[in-house]
Amino acid sequence: MLAWTLYLSFAAALASFGAARCCPALSRWIALLSSLGGLTLGIAGAWALPSGGGLLTLVKVPWIPLLGAEYHLAADGISVVLVWLTGLAATAGVLFSWNVSHRAGEFFGWYLTLVGAVYGVFLSWDLLLFFVFYEIAIVPKYFLIAIWGSTRREYGAMKLALYSFAGSAAVLIGLIAAYLLVGGNTFDLTHLSTRPLSEASQSWLFGLIFLGFAVLAGLWPFHTWAPTGHVAAPTAASMLLAGVIMKLGAYGCLRVALTLFPAGLAAWAGVFGALAGIGILWGALVALRQTDFKFVIGYSSVSHMGFVMLGLVAGTSLGLSGAVFQMFSHGIIAGLLFAVVGRMVYDRCHTRNLDELSQQRLAHVLPFTAITFTLAGLASMGLPGFSGFVAELQVLTGAWTRFPVWVAIAGIGLIVGVAYTLRVIQLVFFSGETTVPSPAPSEPLEPISLPEKLGAGMLLTATLVVGLYPRLLLDWILPALQTPLFAELRRRTGW
Amino acid sequence: MNDWPLLTLLTFTPLAGALLLLRVPAPWVRATGRCISALGLLQVAWLLTRFDTSSGALQLVQKVPWIPSLGVDYFVGVDGLSVLLVALSALLVPFALEVAGAERAGDRNFSALILVLQMALFGTFTALNFIHWFLHWELALVPAYFLIKLWGREDRRGAATQFFVYTFGGSVAMLVAMQAVYLAAGTFDLIQLRELAASGELARRLPERLPGWGENLGLLLFLGVFLGLAVKVPLVPFHGWLAPTYASAPPCVTLLLTGAMSKMGVYGFLRILLPVFPHQTQTLLGPLVALAVITILFAAFAALAQPDLRRMLAYSSMNHLGYALLGLLVAMDPAARSIAGASAATTALSGVVLQLFNHGLTAAALFACVELLERRTNGVSRFDQLGGLRTVAPVFAGLMGISVFASLGLPGLNGFIGEFLIFAGVFPIAPLAALLSLIGLLVSAWFLLNLLQRVFQGPLVELGRSFTDLTVREIVTLVPAVTLMFLLGIVPQLALAFINPTIQRFFTPLTP
Repeated sequence: MLAWTLYLSFAAALASFGAARCCPALSRWIALLSSLGGLTLGIAGAWALPSGGGLLTLVKVPWIPLLGAEYHLAADGISVVLVWLTGLAATAGVLFSWNVSHRAGEFFGWYLTLVGAVYGVFLSWDLLLFFVFYEIAIVPKYFLIAIWGSTRREYGAMKLALYSFAGSAAVLIGLIAAYLLVGGNTFDLTHLSTRPLSEASQSWLFGLIFLGFAVLAGLWPFHTWAPTGHVAAPTAASMLLAGVIMKLGAYGCLRVALTLFPAGLAAWAGVFGALAGIGILWGALVALRQTDFKFVIGYSSVSHMGFVMLGLVAGTSLGLSGAVFQMFSHGIIAGLLFAVVGRMVYDRCHTRNLDELSQQRLAHVLPFTAITFTLAGLASMGLPGFSGFVAELQVLTGAWTRFPVWVAIAGIGLIVGVAYTLRVIQLVFFSGETTVPSPAPSEPLEPISLPEKLGAGMLLTATLVVGLYPRLLLDWILPALQTPLFAELRRRTGW
Repeated sequence: MNDWPLLTLLTFTPLAGALLLLRVPAPWVRATGRCISALGLLQVAWLLTRFDTSSGALQLVQKVPWIPSLGVDYFVGVDGLSVLLVALSALLVPFALEVAGAERAGDRNFSALILVLQMALFGTFTALNFIHWFLHWELALVPAYFLIKLWGREDRRGAATQFFVYTFGGSVAMLVAMQAVYLAAGTFDLIQLRELAASGELARRLPERLPGWGENLGLLLFLGVFLGLAVKVPLVPFHGWLAPTYASAPPCVTLLLTGAMSKMGVYGFLRILLPVFPHQTQTLLGPLVALAVITILFAAFAALAQPDLRRMLAYSSMNHLGYALLGLLVAMDPAARSIAGASAATTALSGVVLQLFNHGLTAAALFACVELLERRTNGVSRFDQLGGLRTVAPVFAGLMGISVFASLGLPGLNGFIGEFLIFAGVFPIAPLAALLSLIGLLVSAWFLLNLLQRVFQGPLVELGRSFTDLTVREIVTLVPAVTLMFLLGIVPQLALAFINPTIQRFFTPLTP
């Protein structure tokens, strides 16, 4: 059933492109129903997994016999959690794009292609197939930004595409090398992980592949595509970009680099741990200095993804489960933040400049927006009760023994995170005159629509529910970490 | 029906068609051209069904003595190296005739020349005797020359002459070298020559039968054949004709030049150069691989700098064929003799043949798009006069966009698997060359995205106001090509099934 998330999205993408000419309005319903369908299928399909989070093979047929590549889809608890995230983010994205009228058919067509490719990445168990879906995801995000974007969209789209391609090139080299060195003429992840390579080859392969994927995960200093890309993207695309696409990179690091080349972790943990720590603090500090509302959120994504990377390179059970948890949590929260900035504020006020926004007390004009953003901001700071807290707590505890310095720096990053979040909440919603400035706007701002409320409500619920009852996710993540795929990593890092 | 001379009929159908075209009344010219090219397509469809994909051997062979005094036979046959190229030639000619539009395709001379070119292509890809092969190789030049000279842009005369002189010069060098080989080996039969070379017999006979030339005669002969083929591909530094020719020829002709004719050069490497000169190739492998890498990088950066759609795509073609050459040269590396290496070499060579077909398809589709674009802009193809066309021609933008992404090697479209196989094969044998070529891959992503941005995005240009989207007929022409891109991208086995058995068979005697 999980495999149908992918087929449903691609079929809906085709239908949406088809509807582009005759009835573009239909396409948003296609998008909404297929995203909801994907979410439902993802949740329902998860129950078929053996022992809660074990590995379930969905499809396995020969694809390119010459290379031994197979069309092999499978899922474990980690995939399932990320499939849920994709379903949630995709549905919310459609709800927040309900007002897209410029070439809506194509917009949702690309959007659903992107969603389908993301499902494909999370469910592929054949390394070549994984790479194929990973690359396919680049095209729709390029077009979504280049056509429907805003600030410097062509630059943002090109930069994102080139960074992605460069990262992919590194991954491609590592992938071919792993395929050849392991031998056996197969790209099967389980097979590749059970044939450990020599320490030396694991070491350089780990570095190369981890780096290649980390570009997409926004690891400092390869993160610069992320803020520009996020800012240039239309609301739904930046929700998916920050919410899901950056997770593709982190997922690649986890699924490929860590499980196939566990011996490389020891050699590289110091380097990547340092970069992750610097990224957390750097992203937060830069976010503090921004004058564009969306850039604040863009840099905060870089900072939060640093936690994912820190958890991954810690390599402990706690670090890994924290990293996956953080992927889910940040996916939801970043989606919500970008939705508020792009859809609720920018579409109505037509500015994202913090100075201009602080002229009018938006909390009075758009109370729902103010509440949503404040709650999302609290979640983003990592306040207990929200999902971010559980995630970051796990990451920091998991990384504590290995990287005390970087954990301390990440702690400072957390404090700066509180500062920049409060700063934008204050500036955007609670400063300025209480009365509407004169001359009065000719017409009042458009009220928050029902789809927006539904989307915001859905994401807020998700972060709260998961924050209050983390077992909802942990019961899936932890069994997945016990599968044979992680056996070598478990042995080496001693958990 | 096993004795049915399918390949001979296939080769001569276009010639008969061309002669017929010169006789039919003017209003029937286009319909006749369509029928003849469709007939070729039908024959090839039949050929593909009769082709035994499991054997890997030469099939549908026909061998009749022709010039007994020189040991020249009329010798045709197909195997996995050639069968897809025959199919490609059959596909691209009707495609080119459709794209060319009513005016040109209705011109009996134009259509007849295209059909003669098709005959030369069929002949080159099926002939197994050097003289017979060479005849078709040279014959292809004549229609190409006239197509450029008569229907090209303002600078067409110079371009046509340059093209002719370059390729003819290369061909002469090749002919002279092969004559010497004949004197030593006593045959022009490419299959026999392969066996003689593999057993070391040819290397022994060369100094024996041609004394007075010293030890390096083999290398000299190798270079002669290499020159002829390298000009056609082209490799740096023999690419001087490329950009002027592709920029001057009408895109519907360039479609055939790059889609099918450029494959003749790479095919020559696979059919003649590597089998006949395996040792010499290995001796010069380092410089040759370097040349292929330089071609890849040079063409990629040159494409990035072009201000014109035609010229950018010309260098893009050169870049893509560079990968094919890299793959086939690296497969000859002595390191490929080890077991793991042999499988890497098989992978690379399968990738090369697949890449030839894929590039033919994609480049043809791209130049077809250029033709359709220029018909609407009165021949303008400079980037600075284009832009924003997506708003007025979304269908055109979509179809050309897919072709561009196929060319870029995006997974899910045809280009990816071929290039992946080449890289997977080259990496274990020549990691440095593979790494450097990877830069070419990145740059090609860069210039191709640039192309899309400059043509389709941004504000709509003055020229674009009268720009209309594709007509139903034009869409119907392009859609089969695009469908094939998806099909081969998702199920590459469709093509690999034809290629792989031959590669495995063909490769074994090649590594001494």
